[in-house]
Amino acid sequence: MRANRPLLEVDRLRVEFPTRRGTLVAVDEISFHIDPGEVLGVVGESGAGKSLTGSAIIGLLEPPGRIAGGRILFDGSRIDDLPYEQMRRIRGKQIGAVFQDPLTSLNPLYSVGRQLIETITTHLDLSEGQARKRAIELLAEVGIPAPERRIDQYPHQFSGGMRQRVVIALALCANPRLIIADEPTTALDVSIQAQIIALLKKLCREHGTAVMLVTHDMGVIAETADRVAVMYAGRIAEIGPARQVIKQPLHPYTVGLMGSIPMVGTDADRLVQIEGAMPRLTEIPPGCAFNPRCPKVFERCRHDRPDLIRVGPASTACWLYDGQAGHD
Amino acid sequence: MLAFIVRRLIQSIIVMLAVAFIAFSLFQFTGDPINNMVGPEASAETRQLLRERLGLDKPFPIQFLHFVGNVVQGEFGVSYRLGMKVEDILVQRLPATLELVAVAALLALAVGVPLGVYTGLHRYGAVSRLMLTLSLVGISLPTFLIGILLILVFAVWLGWLPSFGRGKVVSIGWWTTNFTSWDGFRSIILPAITLSLFQMTLIMRLVRAEMLEVLRTDYIKFARARGLTNRAVNFGHALKNTLVPVITITGLQIGALIAFAIITETVFQWPGMGLLFLQAIQFVDIPVMSSYLVLVAFLFVIINLVVDLLYYAVDPRLRIDRAAVGAH
Repeated sequence: MRANRPLLEVDRLRVEFPTRRGTLVAVDEISFHIDPGEVLGVVGESGAGKSLTGSAIIGLLEPPGRIAGGRILFDGSRIDDLPYEQMRRIRGKQIGAVFQDPLTSLNPLYSVGRQLIETITTHLDLSEGQARKRAIELLAEVGIPAPERRIDQYPHQFSGGMRQRVVIALALCANPRLIIADEPTTALDVSIQAQIIALLKKLCREHGTAVMLVTHDMGVIAETADRVAVMYAGRIAEIGPARQVIKQPLHPYTVGLMGSIPMVGTDADRLVQIEGAMPRLTEIPPGCAFNPRCPKVFERCRHDRPDLIRVGPASTACWLYDGQAGHD
Repeated sequence: MLAFIVRRLIQSIIVMLAVAFIAFSLFQFTGDPINNMVGPEASAETRQLLRERLGLDKPFPIQFLHFVGNVVQGEFGVSYRLGMKVEDILVQRLPATLELVAVAALLALAVGVPLGVYTGLHRYGAVSRLMLTLSLVGISLPTFLIGILLILVFAVWLGWLPSFGRGKVVSIGWWTTNFTSWDGFRSIILPAITLSLFQMTLIMRLVRAEMLEVLRTDYIKFARARGLTNRAVNFGHALKNTLVPVITITGLQIGALIAFAIITETVFQWPGMGLLFLQAIQFVDIPVMSSYLVLVAFLFVIINLVVDLLYYAVDPRLRIDRAAVGAH
């Protein structure tokens, strides 16, 4: 038993896309939690269901995608079945979001100040003038020089990195307790990426904000996350403390993923490559979804689907560890 | 900004000269106005005398220069048919057409934009599908047929509204208006609906298509993720981003309304410029025809100027903001 209640608890979440040729299961019964102030990194290839999980949590799955099963609890109460209006009050106020592309996340027709002020006055009981003051403070906090002047400028007058700072200010402006950052640095220059991640990390530590950091950049995870969830084909392959997962990965997929990161100071001639590609949602094989690519595949993997098995501080969905399960 | 307007007005003079030139060269083929002016029993000498008096014996370039020279001095010539000064006739007819066009344009916007927003937001709703089907009728039926159908239903069968003319008009200075009397107001309803129906459906379909486009963008998703109200997202953020194409098309369509007014005015015997123009063609009334076309060209130029100025008002990216240059 944990002493503290987790801030976010995702319990057997299932996201489906009904199509003409049958229902696609994009997120398949995944469970995880995020503690207050904790940074959970979620990694995986494109299409593994990382972003959809984030969208499902903030209640912004795009139709026809829908939550087909499971529960999402925020601070102990269910939020997956809330009516739109109640969920709207949670979005921005309790759960903020940062999206991938800062160039398209801001409305080009309104000044950044207007966008900040409208978000602040939507959630907090402040006057226009107070909201403006807070907006300037926020811009200063995210490291925008001369915020009193910049506040009245339009998004096109900001560079990509500066816009992502504005987006972060927008996500933080009602002091949410959780931020879902969906690939916040993917669209940025490499030199800017580190700055933005450092900023996000610093602000969240100062504000005590928990973060679900969706990315496919293991470097970002290693630097930022407290725990990591590795997703593959809509399921969690492995979840555990970041250091543990990076240093001693359990699941053969995670092992392959870690092997494909270039490391300075190691003498590997070639990076390890995982053979094949992640299956499409329509062609997920029976058993473990990774079995056609797995170097350690054995008979059971081909027809039994593994659930998360606890191994030390981490958990993994792999039959290799069946029987080694530790007892909580 | 002022320089821009002045430049545009100078361009408009060139446009009007070009229109007058093309119009004049076409009029060489519309027939001989002399035949209409004198009876069939007039002698060849009378005809020759009249032709010389009107300057019609001169070659076409001289006629054109003569017309331009007079126009520069504010002389638009004398109508062959009515024997009145053209500028007096146009001023007399202008209010009828402009009021009709204004009411039709406002009607098209007031109905088309909300319907477009509604059908864009409720894409799969029954009402949206019905409106889209009905809009096909509006977009494909010719104006004169709509006019005749409306007359049949509302004037002949139901007897609610007058079928022709402006009804009772009130003069305010040189301007005559339909709006100060109940009779005049009733008279403008059918022609305005007839004229606006096509534009209304066009605007509705355009706004719908633009809304669908804009609602997919990241900044709308981000606005929702910030917890803004539906109203703020749909009308504040989405609708405003649809405005630039809507303004463009509406501007062009107001020009088209003035042109289409010819048909509507004929169907409803509306004493505007369109009807005047049609009668002028039948009579080969060259001064009226050329002055009308020059006036329409001028209105088009003005509309385009207004459209360009509205772009500046709506989209900050188009404003040349000297203060911000180098502030990146």
